[in-house]
Amino acid sequence: MVWEVGSPLSIGAILFTVIIVAAMLIWVERRLLGLWQERLGPNRVGPFGLLQVVADMIKIFAKEDWVPPFADKFSFVLAPPIIMFVILMSFTVIPFAPGVGVIDSDVGVLFVLAMASLGAYSVMLGGLASNNKYALLGSLRAAAQMVSYEVFMGISLLGVVALTGSFNLRDIVIAQTDGWFIIPQFIGFLIFMIAGIAESHRLPFDIPEAEQEIVAGYHTEYSGMKFGMFFVGEYLGVLLISSLLVVLFFGGWLGPAFLPPIVWFVLKTSFFIAFFILLRAAIPRPRYDQLMTYGWLFLLPLSLLNLMITGAFVLWQEGGM
Amino acid sequence: MTMLFYLAGAVALISTISVTISTNVVHALVYLIISLLAVAVIFFVLGAPFAAMLEAIVYAGAIMVLFLFAMMMLNLGQATENEEKAWLRPQLWVGPGLLILALLVQLVSVLVTQRVDVVPVEVGVHELSVLLFGPWLLAVELASMLLLAGLIAAYHLAKR
Repeated sequence: MVWEVGSPLSIGAILFTVIIVAAMLIWVERRLLGLWQERLGPNRVGPFGLLQVVADMIKIFAKEDWVPPFADKFSFVLAPPIIMFVILMSFTVIPFAPGVGVIDSDVGVLFVLAMASLGAYSVMLGGLASNNKYALLGSLRAAAQMVSYEVFMGISLLGVVALTGSFNLRDIVIAQTDGWFIIPQFIGFLIFMIAGIAESHRLPFDIPEAEQEIVAGYHTEYSGMKFGMFFVGEYLGVLLISSLLVVLFFGGWLGPAFLPPIVWFVLKTSFFIAFFILLRAAIPRPRYDQLMTYGWLFLLPLSLLNLMITGAFVLWQEGGM
Repeated sequence: MTMLFYLAGAVALISTISVTISTNVVHALVYLIISLLAVAVIFFVLGAPFAAMLEAIVYAGAIMVLFLFAMMMLNLGQATENEEKAWLRPQLWVGPGLLILALLVQLVSVLVTQRVDVVPVEVGVHELSVLLFGPWLLAVELASMLLLAGLIAAYHLAKR
């Protein structure tokens, strides 16, 4: 079989699709924001403005790729590829449909968490190497935010893992045949979603790059394709969090049989992407200390409580109590 | 798999050497992260995927982030780099070099004389947790107490 899990053809197809979709999300976001704010959005280039992304790509590749003389060149060049790399690596364990995926790993959930934690280096190194006070402030905020929200992200997933009894994302989807985990794990879902937005530092949690306060935060000094990698990396992050939400809480590819599994996966993921974009248009940005207090004093106890209750429930069901 | 093992080992060695000889603190940290990730790959190849993931999450992903975080606050510049350069004079390396050489000779002789064929057996997450929360429960609880003590100490220090 050429199309089974991990064959070179399917790896290539998944890589290509993920990157193209992430780039197209830039256009999708601008059009949807336009729709919700009663304006048009980009509609000049191509049908419905679809070629806007191509135009932007040509522009960004042709731009001067400048490294400031005061920057630390080694870290400055290293930082943008890290975010692209870790997020694309996370997609390797995502089960898109039966037989579609890159690897079928028994430590899939842990792998995603490991990659998410490595993603913090991209923004930290980028801000630190820029040798600019706004960039440094941005990356300090990013570091604190990502390290904190990683904790709740991990704990909120453990409820799902406890119900399935496996770290394998494919097993997690199959375990939801009788009912999606959104019902027993609703609190886990909410915490994971909030932490996921904070991890991908999207609005409303884009505190590391808050334009009104610190210019552009950690990528103030970046230009050309280096900035492009940070930019596409953010959309890749949105795509990753949406597909993880679908896999962990909404039954992955499962759905009524009149549509093929991959279509269900794409539909559910698109719903969450649209939701994230709506969230961006609807909610103002909190203050930095509010975000931290909210995380440590509210989300952490709540996620621990959720885990404890789930654990007790699993034990009770197995007759161990 | 054997190829992967030696490749990861080589990466770990080179990056660890780079940690010691690089004068820029941030570069040294980046090399240290690479070294830890290489060790994670070695764990994976040896059949311990859970340990590999924990190495990546805890060491490379959390502890090193805190190191880098502290480094950002320190504002280390050219002065520190010069200081580091001064510490890296060749004559300082004679003593440690001799000691390392002794260890290396020992290691090579052990490898040559005692051939142990280790066949990597994959230990899954389930088997590992059965062991951890079965016979080794006391050790796990002791470790958690140690971590709690550290947490309380950090809280106390931050309050002052």
